[in-house]
Parts: sequence; C-alpha cells; structure tokens
Amino acid sequence: MKAAPLNHLPGAQFADRADAAVNDPALRTSFRGAMDFLQAKRLAQFPDAIELENLRREAEAIRRYSLSRLPELLEQLERKLTANGIVVHWAETPADANRIMLDIARRHSARLMIKGKSMVSEEVGFNHEMEAAGIEALESDMGEFIVQLAEEAPSHIIMPAIHKTKQQIAQLFEEKLPGVAYTENVDELIAIGRRVLRQKFAAADIGISGVNFLVAETGTLCLLENEGNGRMCTTVPRVHIAITGIEKVVEKLEHVPPLYTVLTRSATGQPVTTYLNLISGPRKSDELDGPDEVHLVLLDNGRSQAYHDEELRTTLQCIRCGACMNHCPVYTRIGGHAYGTTYPGPVGVIISPHLLGLAATHKLVTASSLCGACAEVCPVRIPIPRLLVRLRAESQAGAPTRHPIRGTGSAHSPWMSALWRGWALVYGRPAVYRLVSWLMSRLRLLTPRAQGAWTSCRTPMIPAPRRLRDLLAQRDAGERSSS
Amino acid sequence: MNARERIFARLRAAPVIPAAAPPVRVCEPRQEGAALVQQFADAMSAAHAEIHFTDQEAWPRLVLRLAADKRVASLLIGKGSKEGQRLIDLHPESPRLISYDRPIGEWKAELFAAVDAGFTAARCAIADTGSLVLWPDATEPRLLSLVPPIHFVLLDAATLQPSLRSVIASEDWGRGLPTNALLISGPSKTADIQQTLAYGAHGPKQLIVLVCLS
Repeated sequence: MKAAPLNHLPGAQFADRADAAVNDPALRTSFRGAMDFLQAKRLAQFPDAIELENLRREAEAIRRYSLSRLPELLEQLERKLTANGIVVHWAETPADANRIMLDIARRHSARLMIKGKSMVSEEVGFNHEMEAAGIEALESDMGEFIVQLAEEAPSHIIMPAIHKTKQQIAQLFEEKLPGVAYTENVDELIAIGRRVLRQKFAAADIGISGVNFLVAETGTLCLLENEGNGRMCTTVPRVHIAITGIEKVVEKLEHVPPLYTVLTRSATGQPVTTYLNLISGPRKSDELDGPDEVHLVLLDNGRSQAYHDEELRTTLQCIRCGACMNHCPVYTRIGGHAYGTTYPGPVGVIISPHLLGLAATHKLVTASSLCGACAEVCPVRIPIPRLLVRLRAESQAGAPTRHPIRGTGSAHSPWMSALWRGWALVYGRPAVYRLVSWLMSRLRLLTPRAQGAWTSCRTPMIPAPRRLRDLLAQRDAGERSSS
Repeated sequence: MNARERIFARLRAAPVIPAAAPPVRVCEPRQEGAALVQQFADAMSAAHAEIHFTDQEAWPRLVLRLAADKRVASLLIGKGSKEGQRLIDLHPESPRLISYDRPIGEWKAELFAAVDAGFTAARCAIADTGSLVLWPDATEPRLLSLVPPIHFVLLDAATLQPSLRSVIASEDWGRGLPTNALLISGPSKTADIQQTLAYGAHGPKQLIVLVCLS
C-alpha cells in the first residue's frame, strides 16, 4: 500500500483543486452532512455560554503560560522523561524525524510498524518513508486504515475518512481485503477492520503514536482516543515510538483536565473520550506487558519560527480539536484534500506557512472570508482571522518586515504593487483624480472587457459616460436656474 | 551544534512574553453519596457501559452469573489479585478462570484468540464524566483491560470522586505516576464510517461495571 504524502501538493494549483471539489456533489454532501453533525454535537456540549467562555479562557491561559516557558518546560520534560526511562530525540526537520525512527526500526530489525492516529507522522510523511525503506507502516485507527487502504490522505484531522460514504468503504473493503464480501452494515465493516488489525497488533514489532499533551512535572505522554488502537499500539509491540511537536508540553498534570475537556467537547461533542492513556515509562522488570522501550521524537519543523513572533506564537496554542474546520464555510465547501497540506482548514492555513514556507502556501492564506467563526469556536481562543491577515501581509510584503518568516514577500508582484501605488497617487490628490476620471469617462470604450477574476462571474466594469461630479454639477445648476 | 541545541537556540532567541500562571479551578463536589453514584452511573450508561449495583459479599457470584449470561467460557484474572482470589475461591465450573501469569511475549497469540473476558478492579472512578481509573501493574497488567472482548470491572463506590481535577489534586498525581495510568469511559467505539457509532472497534465491545455499595 502506498500513501503519497499530501503535504507536497503544489499550492499554485489550489484554485483548481478547490474548483473541482466545489463541483463534486457527492463530496459536498459528505462534508455538509458531517459538519452539520459535528456542529450540533459540539453545541449540545456547551449549553451554558458563560461556562463555555470560562473554560476557553482557562484553556487559553494554560496554553499561553506553557508557551511563555517553552524552553524551560522542554528541559524539565526531557529530564523527567529520561529519569523515567523514556528516550528523547530532537528533530529539526521531517527528514531528521524519519531518520531517527528508521534507525530505531533497523536496530530492532522491524518489518511491521503499527500506528495509532498521529497527524505529526502525516506531517513528516512517515508511512511513505518507511515503505521506501522496505518496512510496512500500517494505520490502525479505523478512519486512517480506510484512507490508507484507498491510497489517500486524511481529509480531516479528527475524522480522517469523513469524505467517504459507507458504500465507498464497503466497495473498498471488498476489493482490497481478501475474502471480504460487500456489506454496507457499519457494525460489520468495523468488525472486519477489527479482525484484520488484531492480527497486525499481535504481529507488529514497533508501535507508533502521536501525543495530545506532554506533562513536564511527571514526564508523561497523554493520549486520547475512543477505539483502543492507541492503547494497542503503545502496549503490545516491544517498542513504542511517540512523535509530536515541541509545542505540546504543559507544566503540570493539573493543566491537563481543563484542556482535555475543551478538546473532546469541541472536537466531536463528546464529554470525554473512551480512553485517556497516561504513559510515564517503559515496562518495569516485574510487569508482564507494555513496551520494553519507549521513545519520544520532538519535532520543530518551523514551529520555532512561529514562536519567534508574539502574534504568530498564538498559532502554537492549538490543541488540534478541528472545531475551526467544522465551522469554516470554506472548508465545508472544498473539503480537506483541496488544501494539499497535512493540516487543512483554518488552523492548517495558519500553521502550514511555518512548516512549508509562504512560497508554497500564500494562496491558502487567501482561502477565507474572514467571517470569524473559527476564532469564535476555538477552545484556546487563537485569533485566526487576525493571523490570516498578518500572513497575507507577510506574503505580499515588498520590503523586509519586522519578523520576516520563510517566504515573506513570495506573493509580491511588482506590477500589482505599482498598480496600487498608482491608485494611491490618483486617490490622494484631487486635481489628479479629476483629470484621470475625466479621461476615463472619455476613453471608456477602450476599457478591456476581460478583467481577470472579476469577469469570471461578473459583467466587466466600465466607467460611466458621465462622472458623478458632472451629474452633481448638472443638478446644482438645474436647482439654481429653477429657484 | 546538534539538532537539540539548534532548536533550543532558536527558542531562546525569541522574545520573552510573560504570561501569568493559570489559576486552576478544582470544582467543589456538587454531589455527594448517592447522588454522586447516580451521576457516575448515568454518565457510564450514556456511554453504553453496563452498570450493576452489588455489595462486597455478593459481587463474586454476580460476576459468575453475568459471565454465564454472556456465554463467557474463559475469564482472565490478574495473578495474585485479591479480588481475583474471591472468584477462584468459588471454584466455578464455568467460566474457566485463566491467570495472567506470564509475560505477554510468551502467550500473545493465545491472549488475542482464546480469551473471552477480562476482570480487573478499578482504583477509583470519576462521577462527572463516568470514568474508571485503572493503574495497571504487575498484578493486573495493561492488556487485561484491553484485549478480551468483554471487560468486567469492580468498583468500590466509596472511591468515587467528582472530577478528574479532584482525583489529581486529592491523590497528588503531580508527584509521580506509574508507568501506565488509564481512564476508561465506556466500551471501545468509533464513528469513523459516516459518523455512525459502532462499539468494539479495537478494545472491549462490552464494559460491565460492578459498583459495590457499602
């Protein structure tokens, strides 16, 4: 099974992908239905608006505090984890992360790695890299398993197979899984996945997982899930490798419950996940199960760039609940794949420029109407629209900015910039404005009929034969002569 | 400089933006006694767990009766667990009691294929979200509550706490945790196919909670 990393789809073709998605009625129905469902579930979890505000402020304060002390907390975390027997690795780039995990796999002569849901592993293109090295990397979250079987990528960070109907999944299982007959019964489909994957849990040499929160004071990895595959991946194989971003750390265990409750309620409208799995070390000598080795790979991949700027730092408050995408009118219409990045939707659009640079992502930051729904539902109060405007400005900047980020100015066009300078000149000087508007009304028939994006769905803009100024002058003259 | 040093150098070069330590609210228990038990039972039932009220005297026979009802042929118990011993003392004909007495590497295939149910005790439980707290250890290993398709859990109602916040505070978890600590809030489930809820994704399909009232 191949799974080409989706984080490499060229940003330049974003409009074409969005166009194709908007014109795909089946996809539109899948997303509309799923988004309505998730919005209603979330709303039911927060019946009291004041309590919701209190919870969001508390969660935001915890994330802001944690980020304010990020370097110290990472040091404390590393000390505690090491003391607990968990091996900590640092990766600057996706290539670093894959090399670290491949080294561990080779040391154990691993042939099969089984993975619980991890968006950071998607970010580094883990499956692809392991397969290139001849090691099978199998997804075990039901949604991820379906997506991998279809040789696709997740289209939502919480519900990866949200774009697929049960009929499509039934067909996929019948085609790809030996001895499986077509069934649209969801219980049966899940039972098939369970049967196939149970064999794999028992056979896997290494389990891979992500992390939801890292606790510095106790040296603990917190994993949230409903299916139990995360517990399988972190318990059954002899080696467990967790991978996550450097921003996930909190200082104290008491900081976890407030984040946990807003995460599950915002994400899927559940009061709690089925499992909260707190891992603070490998198997002790007297224990009968659990991995002999636990590794944690901490990835930077552009996060330290966001950290460098006070405004952009708020991006790192994200706890990956996906509520912003569930409420985004753009995401709902184009789905997750059109973005072409690991993280889609509003949060994807503010994170991706740091991971991939603005040159590859400046089209994405324009994919928002700035309606503000994302910021309103964000459980850690990230000002997403403000960040979008900032990233747009960065991408268009013609001169160096205060905190340049990778790709600043990459959407800058000297022609467009000259055009706006001309506009400013005309609109800033009444005499010039009068002259230019007089000329335009005289030469109106020479106006080009093709006006780029404007005329793609509108009639061309043509100056009126007489200017407003002329009409007003005529009216005034008429009033004077009649009085 | 290695990767670690370069990452830290970049983070340290960033401006210091102070933020006050967040005041963490520990919700005062709004419920007590029977109301707390009811809140727990309601939340657990909503998550599709099966709740049975019993007492210290009666629970072992209840486990055997429920196991018979569910056609459990083999029940896995922790080696040396004092609750497990209560079941052994009844010398049941059925189900067959299996002791988790070997490292997983020695019997992985058998555990995955031939065990119908597992039995553990809960350390305590949380009322507001309906969550059981388990600290797997040498006696009751981690997979005992995960691999068998049915999970029986014994809970002493006296250990009920109002919230996760209060458990962390009252048991002082911040001072250190065991290698693995778990919250379990229902049977394993998924909604990954068209948002349709299905139970028994990868873990137990049924979670049966025996609440001992004093």
